[in-house]
Amino acid sequence: MSTDLAVQEREDQDVGVGDYQFGFHDPTDKYVFKSRRGLDREIVYQISEMKKEPKWMRDFRISSLETFFQKPMPSWGGAVEEIDFQNIFYYMKAAANLEKSWEDVPEDIRKTYDRLGIPEAEKKYLAGVKAQYESEVIYGSLQEDLAKQGVLFTDTDSALRDHPDLFREYFGKIIPPNDNKFAALNSAVWSGGSFIYVPPGVKIEFPLQAYFRINSENMGQFERTLIIVDEGASAHYVEGCTAPTYSSESLHSAVVEIVVKRGGRFRYTTIQNWSNNVYNLVTKRAMAYGDSLMEWVDGNLGSKLTMKYPSIYLMEPGARGETLSIAFANNGQHQDAGAKMVHCAPNTSSRVVSKSISKGGGRASYRGLVKVEKGATNCKSNVVCDALILDSKSRSDTYPYIEAEDDQISLEHEASVSKIGEEQLFYLMSRGMTEAEASAMIVTGFIEPLVKELPMEYAVEMNRLIELQMEGSVG
Amino acid sequence: MSAILKISDLRVAVDGKPILKGVNLEIRQGEIHALMGPNGCGKSTLAYVVAGHPKYEITGGTIELDGINVLELDPCQRARLGLFLAFQYPVTIPGVKVSDFLRHAVSNVRNPERKEGEGLIPMKDFRKELKDRMSEIDIDSEFARRYLNDGFSGGEKKRMEILQLSLLRPRFAILDETDSGLDSDAVRAVSEGINKLHGPHMGVLIITHHERLLEFNKPSFTHVMLAGKIVETGDASLAHDLHANGYAAVRERHPAEAAEEQAVTVKA
Repeated sequence: MSTDLAVQEREDQDVGVGDYQFGFHDPTDKYVFKSRRGLDREIVYQISEMKKEPKWMRDFRISSLETFFQKPMPSWGGAVEEIDFQNIFYYMKAAANLEKSWEDVPEDIRKTYDRLGIPEAEKKYLAGVKAQYESEVIYGSLQEDLAKQGVLFTDTDSALRDHPDLFREYFGKIIPPNDNKFAALNSAVWSGGSFIYVPPGVKIEFPLQAYFRINSENMGQFERTLIIVDEGASAHYVEGCTAPTYSSESLHSAVVEIVVKRGGRFRYTTIQNWSNNVYNLVTKRAMAYGDSLMEWVDGNLGSKLTMKYPSIYLMEPGARGETLSIAFANNGQHQDAGAKMVHCAPNTSSRVVSKSISKGGGRASYRGLVKVEKGATNCKSNVVCDALILDSKSRSDTYPYIEAEDDQISLEHEASVSKIGEEQLFYLMSRGMTEAEASAMIVTGFIEPLVKELPMEYAVEMNRLIELQMEGSVG
Repeated sequence: MSAILKISDLRVAVDGKPILKGVNLEIRQGEIHALMGPNGCGKSTLAYVVAGHPKYEITGGTIELDGINVLELDPCQRARLGLFLAFQYPVTIPGVKVSDFLRHAVSNVRNPERKEGEGLIPMKDFRKELKDRMSEIDIDSEFARRYLNDGFSGGEKKRMEILQLSLLRPRFAILDETDSGLDSDAVRAVSEGINKLHGPHMGVLIITHHERLLEFNKPSFTHVMLAGKIVETGDASLAHDLHANGYAAVRERHPAEAAEEQAVTVKA
């Protein structure tokens, strides 16, 4: 999403609403700092220097880089071996006075925002326009309200600078750099992302959205998010948007760490729709303590390859975890998405609902793990995966893994795969729907149980987006 | 001037096997026709072919609505032209609310030029109309929020078809065994629904095994189909006779078709 991290050397791809290959970018000479291509110690040093970070963070980055080099590429999931790590810019800082005007945003993208019905202020934010927001005052007062309650909501770089102790206590503790190769990469070169702290007992009624942070750095290529929900507190964070997120770089590798303490509740909603050139390799993990509830709502569209398995570690008795996942794989796309639930304590419960759609030769895979540690008795887990395949070129796979070290547990797994039915299409068409409209209706219905969990404006956008994805797809 | 739905020498095959072997039928707006015949004679095939189901191969003949060649149109265009099929087995569409589905359907059929993504009929007007139609057919308004046919009983599904009929107000409606699988109360409700809807602007073809639907909706013409052909046409009394005495007499009068019917049955 961040244009200030982004630069693209090669030609933009064709622009078309149907397949979301959007592209626009800033001329590179507007950057005050741009690392050279590639990845080595010197570049990581440079990043840390530019950010004026404390020594511990610089050391953390350097040791993470070593870990990254040592770790093998994953041999499962999608085709990651095509990523050329030495051909990527890892850090760019835009000139402070970089002003892109709304008029510079390509017509097609503006039209798509219109068709998705995205509010004016948000459109400009999405397009990277640092314009004056008419609603700036509203967001400002929102920020003030939160601050009064002791809520911290800022970008991650600022959090490191302004709240060093709190930051250091949790950063890299939920997902250590050696967790996997891409977590190590992010740990070495991270920049941007959201930082949230909700104090004990504070309940935030409205969803926190990244675009409230208009004064600060946006999400980027290697964003790093850290969220701490203290005892008895509750919040909902919404990230991304259904509008196509243009990233000129081919690799997006984020890390999201969350702690939900005793009795807390937290929901993290992501809807992302990457352009078709992006490898989206994200590590998301939450630790849920006694009697808390952690929920991931995760919508993945676009990208070349997405590998994302939000996980929840149920650390103490009474903790509950829930993941709702939607994946839409269109032509040339592989969505390898799922969930991971780790029951570390007795009387914990988890639920996974996954809905995937594949179309036009796209491939959607569900990959999930339910793990029960020894002694975690009376655990319950329920996994439901439904796949909808829209045509014979497309593909769907399910890879459910279960590792149980205790037998006093209840595990359920249901999976279904269906093809879009000729009879359903005919029925809707015989009521005046075009084939595209009928297909969109069937797909919308298929994901409805998840979409209704989204905040209203996202649900509307999601449904419009599905309609756009279905347009022009059929004769 | 009333429109005509004209089916001429219609020949249809499925997987290379002939099902309809030269069907001729003319229905004018305002008329009620009954189509009867033993199982497998091709009644439902005729209904599906008129609505445009893709699995049937048209090997000959024409279907015209007011001179427009219907066979060149897809099911969506046919619906927008004013054709309607009440399904024998209405299809379930999980996750799609009845009201959303109906609002799209009504918007398309009333504005045949509408393209996907374009405006729908105003919510306020639609809600009121939907509520009125639902109460006329005695459907609980709570059904508007349910998913289309999902978990509906047989009778509820058939009523939902009649609700669609009442909202879409087609020029020609085919009711494919709308009375099958229903108890007598449900048949009565559906029959009354059709009776209310029927008028000078709607031609109706009622496909049925039974006579009950016809008691409320007296046909001007009764057609009997045997082995893919309409072999006899009469008035309401023919329907009554068939119901009382079965198809033995018809078979005797049409030995060639009866023989074909036999052959098909044996092969199957």
